[in-house]
Amino acid sequence: MRPLTAMARHRALPRDPAPSKWKYRYQRMMLTPGFRSLMRVGVPLALITIIAVSWYSHDENRALAIAKWEGMKRDVQQRPEFMVGALDVTGADDALTRNVLAQLPVAFPVSSFDLDLEQMRKTVEALDAVRSARVRVGTAGVLNVDITPRTSVAVWRDGGVLRLLDEEGTFAGFVETRADRLDLPLIAGQGAQAHIAEALALFRDAKPIGSRLRGLVRMGERRWDVVLDRDQRILLPGENPVAALDRVIVLHQARDMLDRDVAVVDMRNGNRPTLRMNKEAADAFRRVSYNEADE
Amino acid sequence: MGDLYDSQRAMRAMRKAAMQRGVIAILDIGTSKIACLVLRFDGPETFRDADGIGSLAGQSSFRVIGAATTRSRGVKFGEVDAMQETERAIRTAVQAAQKMANVRVDHVIACISGGRPRSYGLDGAIDIENGLVGDGDIGRVMAACDVPDYGEERDVLHAQPVNFALDHRSGMADPRGQIGNQLTCDMHMLTVDSIALQNIFFCIKRCDLELAGIASSAYASGISSLVEDEQELGSACIDLGGGSTGISVFMKKHMIYADTVRMGGDHVTGDISMGLSVPMATAERIKTFYGGVVATGMDDREMIEIGGDTGDYEHDRRTVSRAELIGIMRPRVEEILEEVRVRLDAAGFEYLPSQQIVLTGGASQIPGLDGLASKILGQQVRLGRPLRVQGLPQAAIGPAFSGAVGLTLFAAHPQDEWWDFEIPAEKYPARSLKRAVKWFKDNW
Repeated sequence: MRPLTAMARHRALPRDPAPSKWKYRYQRMMLTPGFRSLMRVGVPLALITIIAVSWYSHDENRALAIAKWEGMKRDVQQRPEFMVGALDVTGADDALTRNVLAQLPVAFPVSSFDLDLEQMRKTVEALDAVRSARVRVGTAGVLNVDITPRTSVAVWRDGGVLRLLDEEGTFAGFVETRADRLDLPLIAGQGAQAHIAEALALFRDAKPIGSRLRGLVRMGERRWDVVLDRDQRILLPGENPVAALDRVIVLHQARDMLDRDVAVVDMRNGNRPTLRMNKEAADAFRRVSYNEADE
Repeated sequence: MGDLYDSQRAMRAMRKAAMQRGVIAILDIGTSKIACLVLRFDGPETFRDADGIGSLAGQSSFRVIGAATTRSRGVKFGEVDAMQETERAIRTAVQAAQKMANVRVDHVIACISGGRPRSYGLDGAIDIENGLVGDGDIGRVMAACDVPDYGEERDVLHAQPVNFALDHRSGMADPRGQIGNQLTCDMHMLTVDSIALQNIFFCIKRCDLELAGIASSAYASGISSLVEDEQELGSACIDLGGGSTGISVFMKKHMIYADTVRMGGDHVTGDISMGLSVPMATAERIKTFYGGVVATGMDDREMIEIGGDTGDYEHDRRTVSRAELIGIMRPRVEEILEEVRVRLDAAGFEYLPSQQIVLTGGASQIPGLDGLASKILGQQVRLGRPLRVQGLPQAAIGPAFSGAVGLTLFAAHPQDEWWDFEIPAEKYPARSLKRAVKWFKDNW
């Protein structure tokens, strides 16, 4: 019998190639649509991913990539279009401007990407004299701080310190001496800053005796004393103090009450206003009364 | 029988799946060549406008997108002889066709040319119960056909209802919906050797392909090379292949008889090889270039170099005259045709209204064959070529491809077979679960 193996096939037979079983299967697999798209898309994608991950897994490569990225970022941020070269404070007086500049230690020139505008705004608004502030990078690389300052309406003597208050009773700064802000009324006493509106109403009401008015003192955190010169005091009730002050002013205008030797006008009880005289006045009054009784 | 019914039904289901996918392969496993065609089914609208006549004979709904032929190996008489070699040849053909089509095919319709087919004409009759023929009655009348004992080692390849008769009316194609008392059915059954069939099954399975249908190659050649009037009035298609010659007789558009003669063109080549003592390859070349069956005076003077590679000058410079070559070929061709004549006589071909004989297949290209065949088979002989189908390459339109082209038509429009109809319930084994399920289905 002739050998059955392929090697022994007769040489004269025409060349007749047939695919091997695995080649045939491979070709059929390559004709499967899903497999083809996998080879076309999936394998290159996987290859790229593997290469990228293996490159990135080395520390020096990672550092290099990060450094490169940071450098690129810096190059863009340091472009002259983004640089800020000056600080401009608007809406504040000179003292406040100096104060604001001291609070914002920015070394110019600086990239606008490095500026934390929100933080700067908070810093500026934390100042007593500033009611609100807007911080923005304006045109031509100027950092613009637009400040709305607090308007002081009164001076509050708190212990040995003179504080400025705005109409909401918020601190708006300090003054060294009373003489610095003679235009503002003076209030004192604990809790005075919480009732600043009432105090201002009283000051407006006390215009007729304005030349003699020293200030208002909050007593016991519930009522006001009006302090005049010559150590005179008007004790006002806790409720409706303006009406009580009006009565005193009317009395003063009719009888010149406050020009007399009166130490205290006590209006705390509305039904029973009381006067306390000075010692000399009281003695004199008593002497006059004896004399009249003797006659 | 039940087993075969199931496997044929499974193939039909596979064919349906392939149609849904739209791609199916045709595999003509012959003795001299293996042809593979890849078909794409898209419906008639894709290639031609749907209005007008539309698809003619159904072949416009598909297109051949891949075709490949390879020399057959390991096949003898149309049967698998060396399985490894046949498998390699199938792989070659399928791979080349896939490459041309650029699509992967998983389903294959194959044909078998050998396996000693045997035809049986069956008939059966039933009484119609409610006077109206329904779907179930078709299945019942086929089941009532008296199946002969065709042997242990054989399988049914085709079982086609050929004719229905209702009472005294015969020649009906579709009796459904008609009124009558007795329904009679004539069926043509073709059996082949089950070993040959199993081998082809196995070869295709080893190529990672699914078999979606199998047909006799004689039948496939008949439906591709016989024109409509020949199929209607009665004709025989003689498919002269390499290792076997298929005979199929058609009448009223149905195959009524099929047979094979286990001789073909390869035997002619063998005779030349023996007569001139040359190798088979040389003999095949001489046959193709100079062969013929009618000698004339001119042929005595035409000398053919038959060559050789022994190194001996006298031996290597031999010549024969063409008359001698014809003298070798003619007796074998005559023998084949005589054998065909015997088969046709046995089938009663002479009683058909028309006795057209169509010669096709690779060996029908021998010059002068039609003259010789008309002397042996009768006056009405013509050479047939297969029908034109869309997309078939020029190299594959010759008569050698009538079997492959016939299979494409078979794939597009398969004939009703016995297994396309429901088995009547009484054929199931008693107390079957299926019967209970069917009862439930029918009643709810």
